[in-house]
Amino acid sequence: MHRSRLDAYAAPKKEIPRSVYLTVSATVGVSVLLLWCLLSYGGFVRSDFLPTPVEVLRAGVDGIQDGSLAVNTAASVGEIMSGFILASILAVPLGILMGSFKIAEAAIEPVTNFIRYLPVSALIPLLILWVGIGIEEKVTVIFIGTLFQQLILVADVSRNVSSDLLDVSYTLGANRRTVVTRVLIPATLPGVVDTLRVTLGWAWTYLVIAEFVAANKGLGYFILNSERGLFTDRIFLGIAVIGLLGLITDQLFKLLRDWLLPWATESR
Amino acid sequence: MTKLKLDKVTLEFFPRTGAPVLALDDVSLEVGEQEFAVIVGPSGCGKSSLLRLVAGLVEPTRGAITLDGIPVTRPGKDRGMVFQSYTLFPWLDVRNNVEFGLRIGGIPADKRRHISDHFIKEVGLEGFESAYPKQLSGGMMQRVALARALANDPEILLMDEPFGALDSQTRSLMQELLLQIWQHSQKTVLFITHDIDEAILLGDRVHVMTARPGRIKERVEIDLARPRHVDLLTSPEFIAIKRRIMGLIHDEAVRAMR
Repeated sequence: MHRSRLDAYAAPKKEIPRSVYLTVSATVGVSVLLLWCLLSYGGFVRSDFLPTPVEVLRAGVDGIQDGSLAVNTAASVGEIMSGFILASILAVPLGILMGSFKIAEAAIEPVTNFIRYLPVSALIPLLILWVGIGIEEKVTVIFIGTLFQQLILVADVSRNVSSDLLDVSYTLGANRRTVVTRVLIPATLPGVVDTLRVTLGWAWTYLVIAEFVAANKGLGYFILNSERGLFTDRIFLGIAVIGLLGLITDQLFKLLRDWLLPWATESR
Repeated sequence: MTKLKLDKVTLEFFPRTGAPVLALDDVSLEVGEQEFAVIVGPSGCGKSSLLRLVAGLVEPTRGAITLDGIPVTRPGKDRGMVFQSYTLFPWLDVRNNVEFGLRIGGIPADKRRHISDHFIKEVGLEGFESAYPKQLSGGMMQRVALARALANDPEILLMDEPFGALDSQTRSLMQELLLQIWQHSQKTVLFITHDIDEAILLGDRVHVMTARPGRIKERVEIDLARPRHVDLLTSPEFIAIKRRIMGLIHDEAVRAMR
C-alpha cells in the first residue's frame, strides 16, 4: 500500500495531494534555512563570506531605520517601471502587427532578431557615452533589453491566434478592421499578459547590471557598495529584497490576469 | 431551385517552394434551395478547400461560384460557417458569442436578445447563457457555434466536419440535433465529412469526391424517409447505400495511398 502510493507520486504529469505538495515545499524551504544556519552558526564558513540569518534581518532593520533601503528600492523600482512601461507600450502593438501582418514582420523582425541576440550589457558603455550615467541610462538599458524580447514574444502570441477564429468572424459578417480590433486583439490578451510577466523578471537582470556599472543609488548599487565594505549581510539583504519584489510583482500579474481575463485558460 | 452553384471550379495552390498543387479540378456542383447536401471524400481530397471557396475565404483559380445567382467574391454573413476546430470567442460568454454577428451587424440589443434566446434554446443550452467557452464541453461548444451561425440567418449553412473532434456518442446526439434544427429552419446546408454514416444519415444527396486532385466522382441520392434517426444506421436500405459509397471511397483511398 505504502509502496504503491509512492509509486503513484513518481508518475510523470500526475496530480499529487495538496498536503503532500505543501509538505514537500515546506521541507525543502526549511532545509535550506537549516543548512544556512548550520553553515553560518556552526562556523563552517567565515562570517564575512556567509552572514547568519539574524545578521541579515538586522541589516534589514538598520536599512529601514536609516532609510537607505527605501531610497534604493524606490530608485530601482522607479527605473524598472519607467523602462518596462515604455518598452511595453511600444512592444505590444508592434508585436501584434508583426505576428499578424507579413508586411510588418518583414519590416521589424530582421532588425529585432539582430538586436535581440545582443546582450544588453554589451550596450551599456555605448549608452553611458550617449545618455550619461543618470536614471536615463538605466531606463534606456531596461527599455532596450525588454523591448526586443517582448516584440518577439508578443509576435509569437499573435501568430498563434487560430486563423479559424479570424475566418469564422469574416463569415459572421466582420470586416478586416472589426476582425483586428474585436477578435485578434482580445485573442492575444492572455499571451500578452504572460509575456509582460516573464519579461518584467528579465528586466531586473538588466537593471542590476546597469546599476553595477555606474550608479549612486538603486538595489544594484546597494549590493555593489556593500561588497566594497565586505558587508555580506547587506549583500544578502539586497538580493533578498529583489527576490521579494519579483515574487510580489509575479503574484500581482497573476491577480491581474485572473481579474482582467477570467475567461482565459490557465497560464503556462 | 438552385441555391448554390459551382461552375467548373479549379483551385491551385502555389507553395513557396516546389510545384503548384492542384487541390480541386473542374468541380461543378449544384445545391438546391433547402437541400441538405453532403460532400464526402478521403482526407486530403480538397473538400475543406471547397467549403472555404464557397465561404469566400479562398478565391478559385478558375471557375465561378454563385449563391442565388450572385457571384461569391468575399466572405459574408449570407454564408454562415461551422468549423471542425473550436472557434468560439473565448472572451465572450455563450450569449455574446451567439450575438457576435448581430452586434457587428448593428442589430439593436432587445432584438439581439430575442434572437439569441431563440437559438440558445434551439441548441438546448438554456441556463448556459453566461458560461464562458472554457467551461463547456466540446459538444456544447459546437452547439454554440451552430447557434452563432444560425443567429445571423444565413442563406446557406456551411459545415466543415463540425462533429469530427467529438466522441461517437456525442456525435450521434449532435447529428440528431442538427437534423431537428434543419427540419425547423429549412436552411440550405452544405456539409463536409469523411464519415460515410454521417453523410448518409444527414444528406439528401451525397457528393463523393476523388482523391487529390479533388473532383466530384459521383452523386448519390439518399431517398431515405425523413425524419431520420440514428437507428436508421442498421436498416438494410441504409447499408445498401453505405456499401455503394464505401466502394467508391475505397478506390479513392487506395489511389491516394499510392
